[in-house]
Amino acid sequence: MTTTTQPGIRPANATGKITYTPVDGRLLDVEDLHVEFHTDDGIAKAINGVSFTLDQGESLAILGESGSGKSVTAQAIMGILDMPPAKIPHGAVKYCGVDLLTMPDDRRRWVRGAEIAMIFQDALSSLNPVFPVGWQIAEMFRQHRGMNKSDAQAQAVRLMERVAIPAAKERVKAYPHQFSGGMRQRIMIAMAIALDPAVLIADEPTTALDVTVQAQIMSLLQELQQERQMGLILITHDLGVVADVADRSVVMYAGRLVETANVYDLYRNPAHPYTRGLLESIPRLDQKGQTLAAIGGLPPNLLRIPPGCAFNPRCRMAKDVCRVDLPALREVASGRHSACHFAEEVIDA
Amino acid sequence: MGKYIIRRLLQMIPVIIGTTFLIFYMVFALPGDPTAGKCGERPCPAAYVAKYRAEHNLDDPMPIRYAKYVAKTATGDLGTNRYGVKVTEDLKKRYVVTGKLALMAVAVEVVIGIAAGILSGIRKGRFIDNLVLVSTLFVISIPVFVIGALCQYFLGVKWGLFPVTVSAKPTLYELFMPAFVLGSLSIAYVARLTRTNLVENLRADYVRTAIAKGLSRKRAVGLHALRNSMIPVITFVGFDFGGLLGGAIVTERIFNIQGIGGYIFRSIYNRDGVAVVGAVTALVIVYLLVNLLVDLLYGVLDPRISHD
Repeated sequence: MTTTTQPGIRPANATGKITYTPVDGRLLDVEDLHVEFHTDDGIAKAINGVSFTLDQGESLAILGESGSGKSVTAQAIMGILDMPPAKIPHGAVKYCGVDLLTMPDDRRRWVRGAEIAMIFQDALSSLNPVFPVGWQIAEMFRQHRGMNKSDAQAQAVRLMERVAIPAAKERVKAYPHQFSGGMRQRIMIAMAIALDPAVLIADEPTTALDVTVQAQIMSLLQELQQERQMGLILITHDLGVVADVADRSVVMYAGRLVETANVYDLYRNPAHPYTRGLLESIPRLDQKGQTLAAIGGLPPNLLRIPPGCAFNPRCRMAKDVCRVDLPALREVASGRHSACHFAEEVIDA
Repeated sequence: MGKYIIRRLLQMIPVIIGTTFLIFYMVFALPGDPTAGKCGERPCPAAYVAKYRAEHNLDDPMPIRYAKYVAKTATGDLGTNRYGVKVTEDLKKRYVVTGKLALMAVAVEVVIGIAAGILSGIRKGRFIDNLVLVSTLFVISIPVFVIGALCQYFLGVKWGLFPVTVSAKPTLYELFMPAFVLGSLSIAYVARLTRTNLVENLRADYVRTAIAKGLSRKRAVGLHALRNSMIPVITFVGFDFGGLLGGAIVTERIFNIQGIGGYIFRSIYNRDGVAVVGAVTALVIVYLLVNLLVDLLYGVLDPRISHD
C-alpha cells in the first residue's frame, strides 16, 4: 500500500486492510444522491437529490411512507442495490470522507458488514434457512478476519449472549426457523454488530414483530448504539418507534427530503404539511370514537412525479405556485429545514 | 429419525405385497400352458408335466399360489427361470451392470446438468442462458434411440472414440457413451431445475444479507444461493436414480447392455413368468428403498424438514 493522500484513510494496518477514521466525528456524508430504476415502463426516479450526514454516536431516523425512497437510500449506502435495473446517475456517499460509489467493488465489499452494517425487516427470510445461526454469525469473522472455525464459533456464542439469546451455547447450532421472530431479529443484530461497525442501518427492524417485542428490540438497538458509539440510521414509517431512539430525523417523500429536524421539534411543531399529515394519522386515545385522520390520495407514481412540489396533489394548503415551482429544502428555523413554500405558515399553525 | 425409518419400512410391506400380487396375478393368470414348448416339437411326458405343475403349485387356487410364492420369496428364493438358472443369480449379474450404468448416468447428469444450470442461472437472459434453454429443449424433444444411434455413428463409428456396443462385463469406459445417452434427457431437466431455482434464490432476502455481510459475490451465489437451489435438484436426481435402477430397455438394447431392463423384456417375451415376477419384485423393493434414502437425504439437505 503506497502512502495515500485521501482523507480519512490510513495506510493498511497489520491485517492488510484499510482502516477508516472519521474526520471531526463525521461518519457519513450523503451528497445529492440520485437513484433511478430502469424498467420496461420507463425510468422510475426513486431518489431525487438526497443529502444528509451522520456523526459518530448519532441516531438519525428516516421517515416516510412505502415508496418514499427510504429503503433505496439505505441500499445505496450499503451498495446492495441491484444494478441494473438500479442506476446512480448522480451523487456521492462518503464514508469517513471516502466516496463509496466510485470505490471498486473488491475494496468496497470490505466496508460492507465491517464498517457499515445493516439489519433488515424480515429476519426469517433474511437469514439463510439451511445454515445454523451460529455459523452465519461466525461467517463474518471467518471471511473478514480470517479467523479459524472454533474461534469464530466462540465469537458467535459471545455475540448471541450479548443480544440476550437464552442458552446461547446450546442454540448456536440451531437453524433460523427454530427461533421466534424476536430472537431471529436479535440474531440479525448480533450478525450486524459482529465486527464492530461504525454505522448501523436498521431498515424497519421491528415492523414484522409484535408490539412488546418491538420495544425490546428497539431498546437493545439503543443500548448497543450507546455502548459502541455507532452512528445509527433508523428507517421506519412508525413514528412511535422514532420518538425514543432518534436524535434527528429526516422525512422523505417521493425520493426527496421534505423536512429535517430534531425529533422533539418535529413532533411538537412540524414544518411541512406532509409531516403534519403523518402525525395526525397516528391514532390517539384521547380522540376515541372519531374517524382516523389520513392523508388523502396516494404517493405519486415514481415514473410520473408531478411537477412542482411532489406532494401538491395531496396537500390541503397547495396553491398555484406549488404546482409549478419545486420548493428547495431551506432553513426555516435554527437547525430545521423544510421543503415547503409555506413552511412558516405550517409551523405557526 | 430411527422411528421414522422403521415406520417407513413397515409402510413398504403393504406396497410390496400389493404390487407383487398384481404382477403375479397378471403373469400367471394369462392363458397358456407353461410346459408347452419345453420339450421341443413334441408334447412333454405326463410325468414331467405333473412334476412341473407340483413344483410351481399350478393346481392350487391363485391366492394360495401367491401365498406360497411370498413365503418362498421371504427366504430369499425367487425360483428358477425356464432355463433352470436361479433368478437371484441372474438378477445379481444384471444389477451389477445396471447399477454401474445408472450411477454413471446420474454422474453425467449431475455434472453437466448442474454446471449448465448454474451458468444459465447467473447469466439469465444472456447468450449462454438462451443457448442452454434451446439446447435442453432440443435434447428433451429427441427420442432416446435417435440420440443413441447418432452417438454410435459419430462417437463410435466415425471418430472411433468409444466402442459402439459393450461387452457382457462392461468397463466404465465402455459404459460412458450409453450413460451419456441415458442421462441426456435428465441433463436437460437438471439444468432447467437448477436454473429456475438459482434464479429464484438469487432474489432471496438472505442473498441480499450475504452481500450486505461483505461476502464476495462468488460466495453469496456459489454457497448461499446454490446450497438452497440444490435441494429440489438433488431430490429429482435421487428419484431419477431410483428409476434408472429399474433398467433402461431402449438404451440397453441399442448398446447391447446386459442390464435389468433387457432381462425383464426378454423374460416377458419368453413368457418366463418366474423370472418376470422375481425381477419385478426386486425392482419394487429397490425402488422403495431408494425413495426412502432420497427422503432421508431431503431432511439432511433442508433442516426445515424434520423426520421426527
